[in-house]
Formats: sequence, structure tokens, C-alpha cells
Amino acid sequence: MFVTFLEIVIAGLLLGGLYALIAMGLSLQYGVARILNISHGEFIMLGALTTWTLQGSLGINPLLALAVCGPLAFILGFILHRTLFRYLLSSSETSDIFEANSMLASFGLFFVIQNLALIAWGPEIRGYSYLAFPVNIGGALFGANRLVTAGFAIVIGVAFYLFLARTRMGKAIRAAAQDPTTAGLMGVNINHVLALCFGFGAALASIAGMLISMVYPVHGVMGLEYTVIAIIVVVLGGLGSILGSFIGGFLLGIIGSIVTYIDPGLSLVAYYLIFTILLLVRPTGIMGK
Amino acid sequence: MKISNLDIRKLWVPGSLLVILGLMSTLTLYASIYTVILITSILMYINLTVSWVIFSAPTRYISLAPAAFFGIGIYTSASLGTELPLVLVILIGALLSSCLALLIGALTLRLRGIYFTVFTFGLVELIKHLLLWYEIKFTGTRGRFVILVDNNTIYHTMLIILVVLLITAYLIRRSKYGLALWSIGEFEDAAAHSGVNVNALKTITFAVSASFMGATGAIMATRWTYVDPYIAFKAFYSFMVVLMAAFGGMGQLYGPVVGAAIFAYLEEVLITKFPYYYMLAFGLILLIVILFIPDGLAGVIDNWQEKRKGKQHANP
Repeated sequence: MFVTFLEIVIAGLLLGGLYALIAMGLSLQYGVARILNISHGEFIMLGALTTWTLQGSLGINPLLALAVCGPLAFILGFILHRTLFRYLLSSSETSDIFEANSMLASFGLFFVIQNLALIAWGPEIRGYSYLAFPVNIGGALFGANRLVTAGFAIVIGVAFYLFLARTRMGKAIRAAAQDPTTAGLMGVNINHVLALCFGFGAALASIAGMLISMVYPVHGVMGLEYTVIAIIVVVLGGLGSILGSFIGGFLLGIIGSIVTYIDPGLSLVAYYLIFTILLLVRPTGIMGK
Repeated sequence: MKISNLDIRKLWVPGSLLVILGLMSTLTLYASIYTVILITSILMYINLTVSWVIFSAPTRYISLAPAAFFGIGIYTSASLGTELPLVLVILIGALLSSCLALLIGALTLRLRGIYFTVFTFGLVELIKHLLLWYEIKFTGTRGRFVILVDNNTIYHTMLIILVVLLITAYLIRRSKYGLALWSIGEFEDAAAHSGVNVNALKTITFAVSASFMGATGAIMATRWTYVDPYIAFKAFYSFMVVLMAAFGGMGQLYGPVVGAAIFAYLEEVLITKFPYYYMLAFGLILLIVILFIPDGLAGVIDNWQEKRKGKQHANP
């Protein structure tokens, strides 16, 4: 009984670490830059497939692929915000219109990135084996790769949180999340900060993709599923709250793990059910004000 | 001279519409089976897009629920198609979809803007996974077979739905309810203060729009012979509808019709041969439309007409 309980909780935490990382990325893009980025999962997919290519063709350790995926995705995201979303920001009359337009634009990006990847990598399901041996934790068995994945996700998540909480740049980002206009008046270079946020969001997604590729099979159309989970976690954690997304990720991971134990077919149903109920009852989420 | 000129101009639009309707309704007599099937698919997208525009264009609530209503129509057909006559199945599909829309409308009254969009998107996925779970757990199969209906009947039914839909959309646009809907899109609180019953109007219009999507789904299912939750509740349909409406332009009723027709035709021709390039182009066009032609094709045509009129009245 205790082992089962332990198994469910740890499985939930392992899943939750990934969810937290994915959601933190979207939280930066949606909570700060006001872009509900439907193409968020595509950056995850790009990270995963890049790692697969580096691992397969060059024999590079997946964890080292971090040094390639992260910066590349950051640059891509930064440029996208500087060109595309910057243009939309200046052409939209109100912030509501910008939210709608930027979401539609991210739909466009979603199709563009996904199909470029499908042209480049093909539709096959890929995977590789890395650290795939079981580890015993108090009687419950877990793959070593899953433990490494979750550990990495937590380290990156915490590091990023410290960056936001302790550094000057982090403070500027938090100010921009609270009130972009006032932050701009206080001397924050708002366009630069928003572009940085979008870039960081993309980088976090890509790193999450790298971690996902170590455990799960990867393919060109895997993105949307993770986008949806990210949206659910961001709403669960509270819009604009990075900490909320981090906690929300683990919460959803544990809920998913419990429901999967009861009936595996119901885990996605449970996610959406929580999501719809949450939107109706408390749209500001657990950490929202 | 001037009077007769005016008369001809007034007759031009309804006249050409009647001619088009005449040609369309007799299509099965002179066109090949392939053409009929192709145009049926195009009509399906036109139906979905025009229904979407009824609610989402004036109110500016971007709904990603079309796939849900369409899917409910499909499943109505799949579960009742063998027992009831086709007309009844379509009506039930429309009714069920509008009931769901009423429920969503009542639940989401407080959600504004992006939250509404996210909610409707989640709803499609919720229904899909719930249905999949139910099918596997209780009926033991993943999909269902749908009763076959011949292509000409499907085509004519689709056409009838479109005609009723266009008349409904036109009447709503011209009525005071249409004006009230546009005022919600402009400034919802001001609309409420001006005596518009915002909640009732939004919910009922959403239901009207959903009923046509349900009807379209119910008839379209009969062409696919086999459906499962993944086929019926594809979020992709919602995205397509939004893109088609944005591309065609929502300021005029013909905008979404033209937008849907162009994309549906391109899809039919290209998707089997170059699926990735088609979808890539689809994304690029969406980006270009949002960035540079926010009012769509209809907006471009409107602008061009204004300019031409301006030139006519200007003193040389």
C-alpha cells in the first residue's frame, strides 16, 4: 500500500517537473508578453528533434544538447517577438485586440514551424535509449532517465525562478508583467523585456523538449499536446505568476498520476475537466490575485 | 436614364445570386461525380465558416468550439443514422449542438476575451477524450460506422443548409439584433448600459451559430462511412474556420464565403499531394493576413470600391 502510494506521488512529481518547466515558458509569454502562444509546443518539438539528431548522428550526450537547443530557441523567439509581435503590438489599438491578434498569429506560427519540421524530419516517430535502467526508491521502480529528467527540470526551474526574483533583469520582467505601461515609465525598456520574455519562453520550451526526448518518443506533431498542458497549468497556477506555474505543474503532475492509477483513459479527461471547472470558478488560478 | 441605371444596379446582386443558386441546385445534372464531391467539401467549409462568423465576427469572441458542434453533428449521425430518417437526424444534430451552445453560453458569461477562446478550445478536447473513454469502456469499440447516403443527396442537403444559413445570417445582420451584436464587440459594458441584454443575446446567437455547424456535421458524417472521436472532434476544423473567416474578411457577408471557398478548394487539390507544403502555406498566409490585411479580402475590396467612388465624385 505504501509502495503504491509512493509510486503514485513520485510518478506525479516526475511528470510534474516537466509540466512545470513547459508551463513556466508559456507563463512568460502569456503572462508577461500577453501572447497566448499556440506554437509553444512546437519549440518543445524542435528541442526534442534537435536533441534526437545530435544524439543519433553525432553521438552527443542528450544533456549537452542543452547548450545548443536553449540558445537557438532563445534567438528564434527573440527575433520572432522583435519582428512579428512587435509589429502587431504597434498595429493593435487595444491590449484585447493585441491578445486576439497575437494568438491568431501564433496559430500561423504553429502551422509554419510544425510543417517545416515535418518536411525536414519526416513524420516518423523517433526515439533513442538513454539511461534506461531502473532505480529503486523505497520499493518503487523508476527509470533513471525519468529521474534525471525531473531533476534537471527542477534545477532549471529553480534557477530561472531565482533569476526572476534576484536579478535586475528579473525585476524588470516582473514589473512588465504587473503593469507594462508604468514599468515603461519607470525606465524599463519594455519592448526589449517583452522580446526577452518571449525568447526565454522559447528556450525553456526547447530545453523541456530536450528532456522529453530522453524519456518519450518524439515526432513532428507532438507539440500541440504539450501546448495544451502548458495552457492548463498556466491557468491553474494563475496568469502571470511564474511561481504559480511552477507549483501548478507539480499539482497537475500528481493529479495526472493519481487519475492514471485509477483509469489511464481518464487522465486527459481529468485535465480538461479541472481546466474547465477552474476557468468557470476561479479564472485567476491558485496564485492569481 | 438615371432611374433605369439604378434599377439595373439594384437587380444585379439578387439576379446573379439567383443564377448562381440555379446553377448550384442543378449541378448534379451536368457535373461529374468528382465535381459534386469536391463542391460538397467546399460547401461544408463555407457552412462552418459562415456559422462561425454569425457569432464571432460582430462580438469579437473568438470561439474555437466549431469542432465541438461539428463533431456532435457527426456523432448524432453515427448513432442515430440507421434508426431515423436523414432529415430528422440533421435536425437532432442541430438541436443537440445548439443545446450544448446554450450550456456553454450560460457557463461562460463571465469569461471575456482570451479566456473564452481557451475555454472553447479545451471543451473540444474534453468532449473528444470523454467520448473516446466512453466508447472504449462501454461500447468496446473505438469508432462507429455511419449509414451511407448517396453523393447527390449529401450535396443537396449541404446546399439547403447553406441557403438557410445565408438567409439567417443576412437577416441577423440587418436586424436590430445584429446592430446590438456589433455593439457588444465594440464595447460590451457600454452595450449593456444602452439596454442591450448582452448575456441573452450572446448565448442565443451562439446557439444559432452552433445549430448550423451541428447540421453540417450530421450530413457530412454520412460521406465518411467511419468515424471515431479523433476524426469527429479535430481541433483543426476550428483553426481552419478561423483562418478562412480572417482571410475572407468579416466585414461583409460574402467575405467568409469567398475565404472558405478558396481554402477549401486549395485543400482538396493540394492536401493529398503536398500535405506539408499546403499546411506551411496555410500558416504563412494566416500570418500575412493578420499582419498586413487585418480586414481580409472583403476589406481590400471595400477599400478599393471606396477609392473608385471617391474618384468618381472628385472634381478633375
